[in-house]
Amino acid sequence: MVIIGAGECGTRAAFALREAGYTGSVTLIGKEPHQPYERPPLSKPSTGEVTPKPIASEERFASADITLVTGDPVTAIDAVAGLVQLQSGRSLPYARLLLATGTQPRALPVEGGANAMTFRTLDDARAIFKAAEIASSAVLIGAGLIGLELASALRDRDISVTVVEVADRALGRAVPAELAEIIVARHRDMGVTFRFGTGIDKVGPSSVTLADGTEVGGDLIVAAIGVIPDTALAEAAGLEVGNGIKVGDRLRTSAPDIFAAGDCASALHPFYGRHMRFESWRNAQDQGEAAARNMAGGDSAFARVPWFWSDQYDLGLQITGLPDPAYRTVTRHLAADARLLFHLAGDGRLMAASGIGTGNAVAKNIRLAEMLIEKGLSPDADALADPAVNLKKLLRG
Amino acid sequence: MTNWIDACAKDDIDEEDVIRFDREGKTYAIYRSPDDEFFCTDGLCTHEQVHLADGLVMDYVIECPKHNGQFDYRSGEAKRAPVCNHLGTYQTKIEGDRVLIGLG
Repeated sequence: MVIIGAGECGTRAAFALREAGYTGSVTLIGKEPHQPYERPPLSKPSTGEVTPKPIASEERFASADITLVTGDPVTAIDAVAGLVQLQSGRSLPYARLLLATGTQPRALPVEGGANAMTFRTLDDARAIFKAAEIASSAVLIGAGLIGLELASALRDRDISVTVVEVADRALGRAVPAELAEIIVARHRDMGVTFRFGTGIDKVGPSSVTLADGTEVGGDLIVAAIGVIPDTALAEAAGLEVGNGIKVGDRLRTSAPDIFAAGDCASALHPFYGRHMRFESWRNAQDQGEAAARNMAGGDSAFARVPWFWSDQYDLGLQITGLPDPAYRTVTRHLAADARLLFHLAGDGRLMAASGIGTGNAVAKNIRLAEMLIEKGLSPDADALADPAVNLKKLLRG
Repeated sequence: MTNWIDACAKDDIDEEDVIRFDREGKTYAIYRSPDDEFFCTDGLCTHEQVHLADGLVMDYVIECPKHNGQFDYRSGEAKRAPVCNHLGTYQTKIEGDRVLIGLG
C-alpha cells in the first residue's frame, strides 16, 4: 500500500493499516523534508523558535514497519498500471493507494500578492515567527481561524496587529456570529485593529493598500484567506474531482484501488446526504483511519460529524456539526461566562453545537452534543438550555 | 510508605465524572466511576499537557478535551491515538465522606 501525503491524515492511515491487520508493505510519501509533524501547534508556539511535534517517533515508524519517504514528492499516478512516480525518478507499485494530499493556501490574487507570506507548513511557521522576532507591526489578511490564531500569537509577542477582512465579520464560514463577536471583542481588548468589509488593492514589501486607498504598514504581512484542496495528481490521473477529490462514503475514488481522505477529499457524507470536505485536524485523523480500514478489506461508511477547536488567548472555541444561521439556536450559559449554543433543525433535531469559554470549559459538553447529533436525537430545548441538566442523561434517555 | 492526602469530598465529584486536584506543583485527576469507585491519575494528558479534568468521562474512559485521546482511568492505559504513553495512576481510599489519594 502507498499513501501520498505525510500529514496527520496520511500518517494516521499508515498506522491504521497495521492496526487493521495489514501485513504487506506500507510506504508513506511526504513532499516536505521533515518527519511527519502536527500542524495545530504551529500557529501557537509559546515563545521563540517553532519546534515541530512529531506525529510519531522514528522508533514507532520502524516498529510498525512503515517506510517513510520525505522530501520526494509524487509527480504522477499511473492508475492503470498501479504505479506512482516520484520526483527522484523512482517509481513505486501499489495494490491500493491513499491520497492524503491536503490543501495549499489560496494565493492573494492582487498586485504584489506574493509579498504576503502564507501559513500552512512547518517552514511557513518558521519563516513567520522568525520575521516576528524583529517585527513591530503586522497586517493579517483574512479573519478566519488561522488569521485570528496568528493574531493572538503575535499580540503575545507585543506586535501591533491589523486584521483586514473582505467580509463584514470574522470567521464567517464556520462560526456562529454570536461567538465570532465574542472572539473579535477579545482581540480588540488585546489591541488588535480590524478592518472589515475591505478588499485589498495591492501588497508591497512592508505595506498593504486597501481597496479604499488607505495604506496600512506592516513589517510582517500574512495572507490567510483559505486553502484549496490539492487535487492536481488526482486530476492528472483522471479521477473525479470537484472541490476536492470525490469519494463515496467508503472514501473510495472513481478508481476502485485509489482512496482519498482528509482535507483533500470531498466525501459523500451519510449524515448530510451530500459531498462534504472538511479542513480539521480530527477529520484528517478519523477519515485517514477509516480509509485505511477499508483499504485493508473493511467496508464501512465514514459518518462522523465534524468537530474542531480553536484557541485564542485564553479563549477556547469548539464546534461540532455545521451550524447554519437557518437553524433555531438554544443557549446554555455555563459558569464563568462560558456558553454553549445548540443548533436545531426545523423538526427539532440537534444538528450542531458550538461553545466558547476559558480554556477547555466547553469541551465536555460539546463532546456530548456531538454524540447527541450522531444519534440523530431531538432533545428538549428547555433541557438543552438548563445547565443543571447533564447532557449525558439526554444521551442515554 | 504511602503518603495519604485528603483530596476532596466524595460529593465533590459527580458520578461518572472527574475533577482536578493540584498539590505541590503537580496536578491530578480524580474520578468517580459509574459504580461509585474512586480513581486517581496524573492530571495532564500525555500528548499535549492538557488538563484531563476538562474532558468527558464515559464508563471507565476519560477522553482528552483537546485531541480526543482516551485512557482507561483505572489502569492509566492509553486507548486511542494520538496518545500512546500511559498515564500514571495513584491509589485512592475512602474515609467517611472524604477521598484520599496515595502519593509517594
